[in-house]
Amino acid sequence: MSQPETAFSIYVENLTKKFDDFVAVDKITFNVKKGEIFGFLGANGAGKTTAMRMLIGVLEPTSGKGEVAGYDIFKNSRKLKKHIGYMSQKFSLYDDLTAKENMRFFGGIYGLSNKEIKNRTKELLTHFKMEHIEEERVSSLPLGWKQKLAFCTALMHKPDVVFLDEPTSGVDPSIRRQFWEMIYETAEGGVTVLVTTHNMDEAEYCHRISMMVAGQMIKVDTPQNLKNEYKLDTMAEVFLHLAKGYEKEHAIT
Amino acid sequence: MTSISADNIVMHYGKVKALDAVSLKVEKGELFGLIGPDGAGKTSLIKILGTLLLANGGKAEIEGMDVVKQYQNIRRQIGYMPGKFSLYQDLTVEENLNFYASIFGTTLEENYDLIKGIYQQIEPFKKRRAGKLSGGMKQKLALSCALIHKPKVLFLDEPTRGVDPVSRQELWNMLQSLKKEKITILVSTAYMEEALLCDRISLMDHGKILATNSPEGLIADFEKPLYAIRSGNSFKIIKKLKAYEHANSVYPFGDWVHYTDQRDTIDPTEIKSYLENNDTPHIEIKQIKATVEDCYMSLTSKNKSYEPA
Repeated sequence: MSQPETAFSIYVENLTKKFDDFVAVDKITFNVKKGEIFGFLGANGAGKTTAMRMLIGVLEPTSGKGEVAGYDIFKNSRKLKKHIGYMSQKFSLYDDLTAKENMRFFGGIYGLSNKEIKNRTKELLTHFKMEHIEEERVSSLPLGWKQKLAFCTALMHKPDVVFLDEPTSGVDPSIRRQFWEMIYETAEGGVTVLVTTHNMDEAEYCHRISMMVAGQMIKVDTPQNLKNEYKLDTMAEVFLHLAKGYEKEHAIT
Repeated sequence: MTSISADNIVMHYGKVKALDAVSLKVEKGELFGLIGPDGAGKTSLIKILGTLLLANGGKAEIEGMDVVKQYQNIRRQIGYMPGKFSLYQDLTVEENLNFYASIFGTTLEENYDLIKGIYQQIEPFKKRRAGKLSGGMKQKLALSCALIHKPKVLFLDEPTRGVDPVSRQELWNMLQSLKKEKITILVSTAYMEEALLCDRISLMDHGKILATNSPEGLIADFEKPLYAIRSGNSFKIIKKLKAYEHANSVYPFGDWVHYTDQRDTIDPTEIKSYLENNDTPHIEIKQIKATVEDCYMSLTSKNKSYEPA
């Protein structure tokens, strides 16, 4: 990479987004290390999606600083997109195409050569034990398998960072766990993962999590440290404690 | 008295069998949960029971009335909250409520007591357009509208989908409070832990009901001794345990790994030493009670399509 080396895959300082008078994201500051699985938590409307949209370079921030995979999100949002993968919570594959055709399509969009596409498709499907669905039409796959496939398409171009927006909502518990094994393996390979979820069991699987309330990032820490700090047993309890305590203190309705 | 009954309900969409001979009975005043992932058949079943969809086979009754022959009578006595927010976005909170009340020939004032607890939380915003409400407020409005005619049976299709833990808890508190009014509630969810908040549940997968029971009864039926194991690196423990010759099931659960063994009785210290001799030191292991999610995974493990060999 020709870009200056930074110790972090994601580096954000005082990042802010205003829509008219409404401050959707309010001076958030955090870093994510290479290969880290970072959970992006918060209540509905807390600003997670807005923050994520700025980090993937599709929404221009109002102020602050931000770098993703070594690229400035203000100046280099175009180049940045080549080095990140993104999987949205709304299912984002073509129903009428087979698994393989979808991978081919996304590989093509990212400018991979035919040979690269062929090799990468085989590599990913083999690695994640999904070869048997290669010729299946996406419309015939259960949601969990669609999501596993969508994750593969987001990895086609070997991104440095992948963003996953509620990837497992409504997915069968066993397949949800297979999905998380995929995340772990991907992160072990040095890819940085930023994931949003409302499933607090999954929050426990993250190396570190951040908690957003009303546009502000009120906590960034490991699940274990947070549980210790508040003397609570689960992340579900920590979430309720943080969200409610903060709302009470700041009188948010 | 039985409030909802379904007898061998079958539903096809083309070749896809959405419901495969589903039967259940819900008693009056029960809070009953349909638990399962996307594609389990929850929405189809709710729509059939709510007279919005005709089944290909089987029979169903609501409050003793047939869902096909007496659908008009049924519709006056049920409330339905679909998975997708379906109120009029450009009407205000108050206008939406008055609209639904007038459709059912009633008024907001007449049934105010029933919805008071829920509606009061959004009343300060009654002049706001529904489309401008936050997710949690939309849900409270939708629930108020579904209750405005004092239904005997309330259907809620995945009300907590995509909803954060705080709003989820609020919704369940509202449902618990409705129990006092003797309203029968059928609610679907993909969040397994929400099963604990129901009186009884049916676990669903691929168009079938795998089990119907109280949450406690279901948990008591879990077949094998279940162990929770941790050392700080779950991923590593899972790899090692999957390679263990006696392993039956191994999967992460929060910051623990849940494990069952193929053998009927085991000594947990044996597992501990296996792991500690295999490069995963400082193992903590304890026998635990199963959760509904453990039960679900155990019941579906025999029934997985697309599972790699």
